[in-house]
Amino acid sequence: MKILVPVKRVVDYNVKIRVKSDGTGVETNGVKMSMNPFDEIAVEEAVRLKEAGKASEIIAVSMGVAACAETIRTALAMGADRGILVETDVELQPLAVAKMLKVLVEKEQPGMVILGKQAIDDDMNATGQMLAALLGWSQGTFASKIVLEDGRAVVTREVDGGLETVALALPTIVTADLRLNEPRYASLPNIMKARKKPIETIKPADLGVDPTPRRTLVSVAEPPKRQAGVKVKSVAELVEKLKTEAKVI
Amino acid sequence: MAVLVLLDHEAGSIKQPSRSAIAAATKLGEVHVLLTGSDCALAAAAAANLAGVAKVITATDTAFDHVLAEPMAALIVAMAPGYSHILAASTATGKNVMPRVAALLDVQPISDISGVIDADTFIRPIYAGNAMATVKSSDAKKVITVRAASFDPVASTGGAASTEAASAVALPDISWFVSAELSKSERPELTAARVVVSGGRGMQNGENFKLLDPIADKLGAAVGASRAAVDAGFVPNDYQVGQTGKIVAPELYVAIGISGAIQHLAGMKDSKVIVAINKDEEAPIFQVADYGLVADLFTALPELAAELSK
Repeated sequence: MKILVPVKRVVDYNVKIRVKSDGTGVETNGVKMSMNPFDEIAVEEAVRLKEAGKASEIIAVSMGVAACAETIRTALAMGADRGILVETDVELQPLAVAKMLKVLVEKEQPGMVILGKQAIDDDMNATGQMLAALLGWSQGTFASKIVLEDGRAVVTREVDGGLETVALALPTIVTADLRLNEPRYASLPNIMKARKKPIETIKPADLGVDPTPRRTLVSVAEPPKRQAGVKVKSVAELVEKLKTEAKVI
Repeated sequence: MAVLVLLDHEAGSIKQPSRSAIAAATKLGEVHVLLTGSDCALAAAAAANLAGVAKVITATDTAFDHVLAEPMAALIVAMAPGYSHILAASTATGKNVMPRVAALLDVQPISDISGVIDADTFIRPIYAGNAMATVKSSDAKKVITVRAASFDPVASTGGAASTEAASAVALPDISWFVSAELSKSERPELTAARVVVSGGRGMQNGENFKLLDPIADKLGAAVGASRAAVDAGFVPNDYQVGQTGKIVAPELYVAIGISGAIQHLAGMKDSKVIVAINKDEEAPIFQVADYGLVADLFTALPELAAELSK
């Protein structure tokens, strides 16, 4: 069984982002970019399934500017076998990404697609569910465990009150939550090896998809800032203030 | 055209995040609500009383009992022609189901809105709430999830909605519920609690979280945790408050032994009053706290429990 893993290039999670002064977006020029952390977890899970003999080949896909090839290289260094870059300068939104992934899935015929549950830039949490819908496949979102057995995927999901386990017909879509695994660091030999692994570059038009956004960004603003309050000297003073000043207890 | 809101319900009542989603929907048109599952009769009666609800639609098929995304999306898509907007709270259910609905309708979804400007234009947090984006949709129909903490829930009384049954639709049979392990707690749920008491890495171990119990009991609070405390294995993941956990906005948030990483602040900075107890006076949490106490939590917690008992 092949596994397809889409990976997104985003502003590194350690970067404190800055809203552009003209309110047109968030500054990404000269900012460190990395693979979306949830996508690293997705790649790791695919590699572990391959190491366990449950998967035959891992294909990493990224979409966006030419530099997304670096993100694919990271996935290849972690253990993916080959990459596909859908190159475009158009801003991509989940619906367009899901439509392009659908065409790639129909071509590559994977038994499973594993995605990060959400990207840490637009925080949409949508692409996996949307791809499942377009393909008519089952979906196991926010996964903390994946077991392949009897031709099904048994997925444990992080839900509001705890955990839920579902069984899914294959092929299926799984989206990775934080506790699914701890992604490995690529070793130097593997980084070198990844340089020789193939990356195919195509355009949205090759997939027959018009990626024009359906949603326009009107403006981006800083969130309202909270002011620091006062320091109290004792627990007694704290409780007193909460009772008489804040009136919340 | 009317607006449809998918509701989460449990034990005959409507969950609070869903009441917040209704509040957002009332800004967009006449509100119809959808309740699903074989046991939704009591909840439907409760929904009919909610302020701002005009019609309650029930789908009582057992196929919806575990709110699996595949049958839920099929149901909602079949109902979609009658609605301009389809909403749900950004709960585990809403986040699972609504993007599937959107794709089936060929719509770009709008996740986790925190404000409604007009029928096409919404505010939503991006980059973990470190920026607020105003976005305008060009889709004829909008599929939206609602950040519950940003909308005051509608009152549970004052409405007098009519009730009808949803038409039966063909449902996919590609996913099956196996089991659930839900945390059992007498305490309120994190996202609905008036007071939240959270512990961080400073708690040192899971056993020490028991120190929060008497305080949470006194305040009628939910107990939460930072991601650091969850990653260290002190408490289960469903305690997590933050960008990758739950977003809360209680009347009172008490952060104990929490340094205040951006990731945590993203989940609680909209709380009305924030209290921080930390022995490090440079901890970033003090920059957002209304009341800060620099103290060793192992001394302060028993004192706080005693003080609250007075």
